[in-house]
Amino acid sequence: MSEITNITVAGLGGQGVLKVTDILAEVLFELGYDVKKSEVHGMSQRGGSVSSEVRYGDKVYSPMVPAGESDYLLVLDRTQVEVAAPKLKAGGVMITPDDVPEEKLSNPKCINIMLLGALSRRLDLPKDKLLEAVRKTLPEKLHEINENAFVDGWNGR
Amino acid sequence: MDKKLFLSGNEAVALAALDAGVKLGAGYPGTPSSEILDEFSKAGGTAQWSPNEKVALEVGIGAALASGRAIVTMKHVGLNVAADPLFTVAYSGTPGGLVIVSADDPGMASSQNEQDNRRYAVAAGIPMLEPADSQEAYDFTVRAFELAEEFRCPVLLRLTTRVCHSKCVVSRDRTGTSCPPVKYEKDVKSNVMIPAFARLAHRRLRARLNAIAALNDEKNEFNLEIPGKSDELGVIVSGISFQYVMEACPGAGVFKIGLSYPLPLESLKKFAAKYRRVMVVEEGDPIVAESCLAAGISAEGKAEMFRFGELNVERVRRLIAVDLTPEVPPKGGKAPELCPGCPHRKSYEALKALNCIVSGDIGCYTLGVLPPFEAVDSCVCMGASITVGVGLRKVLPEAEARRVVSVIGDSTFWHTGINGVVEAIYNKPSTGHVIMILDNSTTAMTGMQENPGTGRKLDHTPAPKLDLVCTLKGLGVDRVDVIDPLLEQDKLREVLSEDLKSNGISVIISRRPCIIAAARIKRYEENNK
Repeated sequence: MSEITNITVAGLGGQGVLKVTDILAEVLFELGYDVKKSEVHGMSQRGGSVSSEVRYGDKVYSPMVPAGESDYLLVLDRTQVEVAAPKLKAGGVMITPDDVPEEKLSNPKCINIMLLGALSRRLDLPKDKLLEAVRKTLPEKLHEINENAFVDGWNGR
Repeated sequence: MDKKLFLSGNEAVALAALDAGVKLGAGYPGTPSSEILDEFSKAGGTAQWSPNEKVALEVGIGAALASGRAIVTMKHVGLNVAADPLFTVAYSGTPGGLVIVSADDPGMASSQNEQDNRRYAVAAGIPMLEPADSQEAYDFTVRAFELAEEFRCPVLLRLTTRVCHSKCVVSRDRTGTSCPPVKYEKDVKSNVMIPAFARLAHRRLRARLNAIAALNDEKNEFNLEIPGKSDELGVIVSGISFQYVMEACPGAGVFKIGLSYPLPLESLKKFAAKYRRVMVVEEGDPIVAESCLAAGISAEGKAEMFRFGELNVERVRRLIAVDLTPEVPPKGGKAPELCPGCPHRKSYEALKALNCIVSGDIGCYTLGVLPPFEAVDSCVCMGASITVGVGLRKVLPEAEARRVVSVIGDSTFWHTGINGVVEAIYNKPSTGHVIMILDNSTTAMTGMQENPGTGRKLDHTPAPKLDLVCTLKGLGVDRVDVIDPLLEQDKLREVLSEDLKSNGISVIISRRPCIIAAARIKRYEENNK
């Protein structure tokens, strides 16, 4: 099997977990990778634990990341670390709000985009393309605060 | 035009329907099917939410009788509601392509059961296509219409949660597919299912299935065979499980079934003969495994433990290894709950304060069963709250019968709840009955779709608004009160308390918009002024 990169994003309903994987998957698709993204809708989304996954490489089959095979795990809410941790592979990278300059957020709701910034740098993805995708996905009045959150996340602590 | 897009299975079905020239899409929202018609409409298709799935299928049949291509969408349990027309349109067929999408939910991410609707294909005698990703969702949808017209039969397109909601890269290469012109031709022997004509139609149905089975074996268009690197293991698989098998069993021979009813049994027999061990990997019921067994194909089915829940790469590895050690359940995360500020919360507080026995229904408000409310006593299917409540009231001793309240949402009321009101009035329990309609002005759980009571069509433009109060009074309900559960909390409890003591049929409409939908409802209302 060709090399594929597995990313899991976890958090609570309403935190914008799906937004993160939407933006990320869109950019990876534009970069020409085979990409798959999975998520679950419906009842489980009402304020409960939510996770979404992105896989990319030359050829991807399963849309879901097998347990213990995530290369990167983004956790948007600290209470979800324990629930999501089994997704991470040994030696994988977990990124939580502790790893980003959270105090710089003008609105705590932008934590998802800040963590996306931190992840994108580690994945060595083109910053401009991601910022463009952030703008494309979010309404205009939210552009500035989210672009700032992304850049602060990218630059890190 | 061949354009690469990044699409969910539902989006792919929607674009395929558009590219196939579908004249009408109808359905009732239900996870995981809900996005198909919204996306079809956004892309320029004509689509509508019908009050329920039976109605939607019948509207689709009408469109296809006029030679128009029609797509009808629903979740798996919706097909139970639509089963009556389904079994007979299987006999008659329609001149225009009729494709029925059944979106199954193995693992019950958002459903009350995990029934396997491949059984419907067998039971009704309707060919079934099972895409394994968004690309196939696109390709198979377009081909489903062509197949339906070639054989004059409806086609079932079976999706599952992961196919519906996973996104992958899709080549959109069937834009502007030709479709037959709309016209009406009287043909009573084909279209009127009286016994004399239906007897002939049943024979035609069986002959048609034989012809499709032969086609499935000869042309193998929808199936895919990947030769193994050795003769050690061959895997027979369909739908999303194909993706898991490709990852879990590198080097194995794979026969992927795309047209899963009628099965390509001859091809499967030839495939199986090439391998020393042959396994069937399928989510849900062991349908392919049993069919192989019946056809004398030596293939192993899965262990019973894999009948429950959805499959994934890890579970397929275990299934193939026949590893029967107990599976470690995934860590339970935070359970879902009614949103902070949800108007249903206040209604449940009142029901709990008055110690009601609540016959519940399907929607966000089913979450009232969980803490902190723990206020729901039963939940079966769409519309069952009122009828189950009537049954409880008829049999329980008076003191307990008086505590029974049926709780139902606005969209669910229009779906099949309205029949329960007819029942409650016609076969009135001696203690009467109390019904609470939680009217949050949207179909919230499935993603805020419109319904006959919202005054807007699927695309949120104006539509006639069915009036709940007039409807209930017209049916003969003795007392109807409209109460804001947030602003009139005391009144809600007073009226509920009075209704429980009366021997009449009472309905409380607990009306306040869904807190998540409120802003967009306001926006739609302004746009529609």
